[in-house]
Amino acid sequence: MENQALIKQLQATAVQLRCDVLEMIGVGKAGHWGGSASLAETMAVLYFHAMRVDRKNPKNPERDRFLLSKGHAALIQYAALCELGFFPREELQKVKSLHGLLQGHPDLTVPGIEAVTGSLGQGLSLGVGMALALRLDKSASRVYVVMGDGEQSEGQLWEAAMAAVNFKLDNLTAFLDWNKIQATGRTADVFAIPALDQKWKAFGWEVISIDGHDIGHILAAVDQAKAVKGKPTLVILDTVKGKGVSFAENTPAYHNGTFDEAKYAQAMAELEAQKAALEAEKEMI
Amino acid sequence: MEKKSLRTAYGESLVELGQSDANIVVLEADLGKSTMSCLFKDVYPERYFEMGIAEQSMASTAAGLALAGKIPFYSTFAVFAFGRAYDQIRCGIAIPGANVKICGSSCGFSDFGDGKTHQSIEDANVMRMIPNMVVLNPCDAVETRKMMRAMVAHQGPVYIRINRNDLPVYTPEAGEYRIGKMSRIVAGDDVVIFATGSMVWKSAEAAELLKAEGISAEVINVSTLKPLEKSEILTYIAGKKAIVTAEEATKLGGLGSAIAEQLIGEVDLPFVRVGIEDEFGTSAHSYAELLETFGLTERHIAAAVKTALKVK
Ligand SMILES: Cc1ncc(C[n+]2csc(CCOP(=O)(O)OP(=O)(O)O)c2C)c(N)n1
Repeated sequence: MENQALIKQLQATAVQLRCDVLEMIGVGKAGHWGGSASLAETMAVLYFHAMRVDRKNPKNPERDRFLLSKGHAALIQYAALCELGFFPREELQKVKSLHGLLQGHPDLTVPGIEAVTGSLGQGLSLGVGMALALRLDKSASRVYVVMGDGEQSEGQLWEAAMAAVNFKLDNLTAFLDWNKIQATGRTADVFAIPALDQKWKAFGWEVISIDGHDIGHILAAVDQAKAVKGKPTLVILDTVKGKGVSFAENTPAYHNGTFDEAKYAQAMAELEAQKAALEAEKEMI
Repeated sequence: MEKKSLRTAYGESLVELGQSDANIVVLEADLGKSTMSCLFKDVYPERYFEMGIAEQSMASTAAGLALAGKIPFYSTFAVFAFGRAYDQIRCGIAIPGANVKICGSSCGFSDFGDGKTHQSIEDANVMRMIPNMVVLNPCDAVETRKMMRAMVAHQGPVYIRINRNDLPVYTPEAGEYRIGKMSRIVAGDDVVIFATGSMVWKSAEAAELLKAEGISAEVINVSTLKPLEKSEILTYIAGKKAIVTAEEATKLGGLGSAIAEQLIGEVDLPFVRVGIEDEFGTSAHSYAELLETFGLTERHIAAAVKTALKVK
């Protein structure tokens, strides 16, 4: 596909994923809007272009592996898996309910989910394990891990960072969703971790810093990472927490917030308007 | 019955205790607005340490503060407070007997939406196994406040398990809490129900149901899970025809097991445990749904009493 057309299409996918997340959160129930919405473009690129996934055979050995280390953003992964047809759309309505498939955090009971996450700081180690196994099996599959910026304070994550370099895992790409807000507030105020890019570089990783809402940048970074040999790559995504819904953007309350009826309607209207605008642009191309 | 927040009781108690003792310091791992340790931060910011999302480091840092003469309280969700930092607790806190107070918040099913990774069904059970550790599980906000004072008075590590949801108040305002002491919530003759935490409430309701059927059940609040005083247990089983235990925790190694351990060779009475079977939780839209699904309601406790008494 021509690059501009692909970018437009993935932008539309990202907006659709945000709509799905909002639908899952619904009215009056707490849900992790902020950290899900900041990842929409990355998920669109990975699931709808870069990764090999197989909805008919979710355990296809040829697939790439995706691990959401910041497991509380499960809704954005459910949205992607649902749009790809891994499970029926009705499941979105039943999320986090007793009789639904979709748990509050990623669980192996859900087709397409590769690991149990939700206890922060563990995803990169899981990814290292999978990358080692794939290399032993001489597999061409790659491992993608998404981490939070608040999550960077977990020590285990740095143990895994060292392991990935020690084992020269160039089949592993990690993403850092640098949305600058964690559970209690702004990361700079809660627990400052300066110069994250330099820390990762010093640990021996290839580091690429990009605008995490720019599909073109994400596409390029994923390709660039594939070309790196002998070490793992970290893509730092400069993102806006809650992206896509004006009043929830860059707002700590929407880390795990609730939408009342009016707020929900406004949020959905904003997302629908974004969809319509992208449609209109598409027709112009 | 009026329900009150145990988390708010925790946060407000920290402030009160911090006022009378400048050695009290508080640590948190990015969940202070949930555990309510944030109340302490507002009043004593210089004695509040936000450690980042780094529970292992938080536990060992608390140990360091304690070894240097401070009285640290650290809090986060129960799963992370006890589980993520297990070896740090064992090595840095329990072995030296460091004066660290650990608060496992949002315990049991009270974090209903988040599912298995967040629902702590085994925290108190595991903490019981560690030498030197005192383990507390308050049944309401009033008891939480009293326990907090007792925790400071006690020199050594303590783990306190706190529900996220508000609970009805069953314990009296008057008097002080003594670690190890049990208390009678409902008096009765036929059977004794030893309950802990939220299950004190459900057991009291079960006693009401049973009364209507002519069964007189006594409800005992066992809010110190360790040390468990054998003399207390023996006092309350005297004259009863059966023993029932109730806990919002896995049955393995919890309150029921602990009481059974104490009674080996002592009595020959029917004994039925109410608790979570050997399985993880699941996400749900409400706490009540989970209590129902996992067999932890007043009806389940009443049924257990009838099983123990062999009545239909
Ligand atoms: C080990 C662990 N500690 C605490 C939590 C509770 N928790 C869930 S999300 C979160 C904040 C995460 O912040 P960040 O990594 O920046 O995620 P994002 O802002 O992208 O949502 C916390 C503390 C957890 N899930 N796991």
